[in-house]
Amino acid sequence: SRRVGSVSPLSPPAAVSQVTVRDALNQALDEELERDERVFLLGEEVAQYDGAYKISRGLWKKYGDKRVIDTPISEMGFAGIAVGAAMAGLRPVCEFMTFNFSMQAIDQVINSAAKTCYMSAGSISVPIVFRGPNGASAGVAAQHSQCFAAWYGHCPGLKVVSPWSSEDAKGLLKASIRDDNPVVMLESELLYGVPFEMSEQAQSKEFVIPIGKAKIERQGTHVTLVAHSRPVGHCLEAAAVLSKEGVECEVINLRTIRPMDVETVEASVVKTNHLVTVEGGWPQFGVGAEICARIMEGPAFNYLDAPAVRVTGADVPMPYAKILEDNSIPQVKDIVFAVKKTLNI
Amino acid sequence: MAALRALRWRRRLPGLGPRRLRGTAAESPEERPQFPGASAAFAERLEFIQPQVLAGIPVYRVMDRQGHVLRPSEDPQLPKEQVLKLYRTMTLLNTMDRILYESQRQGRISFYMTNYGEEGTHVGSAAALDAADLVFGQYREAGVLLYRGYPLELFMAQCYGNARDPGKGRQMPVHYGCPERHFVTISSPLATQIPQAVGAAYAIKRADASRAVVCYFGEGAASEGDAHAGFNFAATLECPIVFFCRNNGYAISTPTAEQYRGDGIAARGPGYGLLSIRVDGNDVFAVYNATREARRRAVAENQPFLIEAMTYRIGHHSTSDDSSAYRSVDEVNYWDKQDHPISRLRLYLERRSWWDERQERDWRKSSRKMVLEAFEQAEREPKPPPRLLFSDVYREMPPRLRRQREELERHLESYGEHYPLQQFQK
Repeated sequence: SRRVGSVSPLSPPAAVSQVTVRDALNQALDEELERDERVFLLGEEVAQYDGAYKISRGLWKKYGDKRVIDTPISEMGFAGIAVGAAMAGLRPVCEFMTFNFSMQAIDQVINSAAKTCYMSAGSISVPIVFRGPNGASAGVAAQHSQCFAAWYGHCPGLKVVSPWSSEDAKGLLKASIRDDNPVVMLESELLYGVPFEMSEQAQSKEFVIPIGKAKIERQGTHVTLVAHSRPVGHCLEAAAVLSKEGVECEVINLRTIRPMDVETVEASVVKTNHLVTVEGGWPQFGVGAEICARIMEGPAFNYLDAPAVRVTGADVPMPYAKILEDNSIPQVKDIVFAVKKTLNI
Repeated sequence: MAALRALRWRRRLPGLGPRRLRGTAAESPEERPQFPGASAAFAERLEFIQPQVLAGIPVYRVMDRQGHVLRPSEDPQLPKEQVLKLYRTMTLLNTMDRILYESQRQGRISFYMTNYGEEGTHVGSAAALDAADLVFGQYREAGVLLYRGYPLELFMAQCYGNARDPGKGRQMPVHYGCPERHFVTISSPLATQIPQAVGAAYAIKRADASRAVVCYFGEGAASEGDAHAGFNFAATLECPIVFFCRNNGYAISTPTAEQYRGDGIAARGPGYGLLSIRVDGNDVFAVYNATREARRRAVAENQPFLIEAMTYRIGHHSTSDDSSAYRSVDEVNYWDKQDHPISRLRLYLERRSWWDERQERDWRKSSRKMVLEAFEQAEREPKPPPRLLFSDVYREMPPRLRRQREELERHLESYGEHYPLQQFQK
């Protein structure tokens, strides 16, 4: 697996380790299960099997049947149970094997979890986390590759986070579990095995990343690249390629889809005057569309020297054949092309 | 205490437990099926199980249609005051329904659903629960909330969406909720409350509280996938829950003959490993007895129960429905006149000299007066203040919504006279 560094030029980390996203998520779950006995994990295969993607490795062994629960195959069923348990005072972490299957449960997520606080006039709380892999994987075709960032990001009452690095994964999962609102956490299967540098601070038990705050992964002056999840890595690669040609990209890792940190994007666009959004999901009504709309509605519009450009997944159900799949998701060359187009070079 | 907790957590293996090699001393393992999924005994004759296994599961009742107790041992011997409370709650509900249904017809509220004919299922079950037992309903269980003391004023406030509504005017009429009385706010999508009730029961079991969860739903909602998952999970997670199905014969216009082909909902219970019973829903004592016993055992043994209460929906599905389009007036009249929970209980009361014609007249007058007073009061109340538009989307108000609220407040300061603000609370 490729090494990717998460660059933070401000503070040289102390005891830095390479930690995979999987292990970071596992650490987060372990720490939160230990910290608060109301927290519990449920989903298909999460217990004795250690999780379909091994995210919950070792947790059933350590915490037992009460805290890590295998469910029968009914997303609608176990999402509903999780919502009911949250209403009754527990803090469930509900795993969907992939978010594609969350469509079977989407009524529970949206009509129940997201809207209940509002519809009950604040008398019922649903402190729940729905998590699992989202978006493209490798060779799993249309029904296993859809990105749900736009679907869940659409709904008031939900918070939606989308980590990229191990630090993101751990800090955001901890923050999500501690949040009293329903949170959807969109992970990426392709990132699970990827190691990232994690500072000693990031590896501590109290490391939490605030929901709703983006991170500038790379400073730049010529163009702003905004992405979430795996495409953040592609943006950094594109930035390295473009740097050789004298173009310095500022790369923003959104980290949170809803509430979106549009202020960080605005401040960057004010500086660079150019905007390219990058996402794995489909173009229509997507995350990039929302960013562009918000930029137009705010002060940064006056600083744009060119229309913003969106780089997105191809507007087709994900094909199976590898060459088709590779060309259905944004690649580094697509980002480079989009930057050059917006800079007119 | 820890031993007791451990006992309640122990996995109950049903008599024919899967995943164990069985064989009596006389039989070798080869003579009994060893499949992990299920095994009873081998059969050597090809025979399909009929859907109507026992010519239908029988309907448990205590009283006949004229209110005579058939077996004295089954009379729960409730004290006079409690039986009168059952009667008054049912009749008060009936009166409130009539007035609120009319108010929708007159355009005063947007929507309403009556409970005609099903009052017995509400009060019989509510009386059998502890006050702290958690109730998840569908939308036709107002009598449960009324029995628990929810005031008329608040039923009306919710229907009118006025400033007194604890629900802040957020929902359609009859979507009541009351945390103090452990009644979870009604949610429109059908059957979603079923797995939620199971999850809540699981949480309650973990807290080791001696509380049950009761989950109400109609026979139509039981067709939803959520119902299947909920029943299955209640059994596998061993939860202290009583599922209460109101089988009232219709799901809007869909009669039960089109809703299912099996023997109703009670017959599904054993398929999931649920102890199940079918009762006469128009017999408050039968409903009471079944709920009481189911509740007691659900809590003591951490296992789910299924009660199917047979009844009849005398009213339309809602104010958006006209049931004369799909059923005859004669059919409705039969239930209204010959088999009504209120009449049956009244005959019982009169036979015991606990009620008479004069009390009936007085009660009808005073209950109607109470309802009309609450109604007129609700009409006069202002609506909730506009700033409540923005609260409770999240537990804490996000900056964006706060800015929008402030923008609205500034706008109203400058241009308030162009809006009917006098109709809203400040």
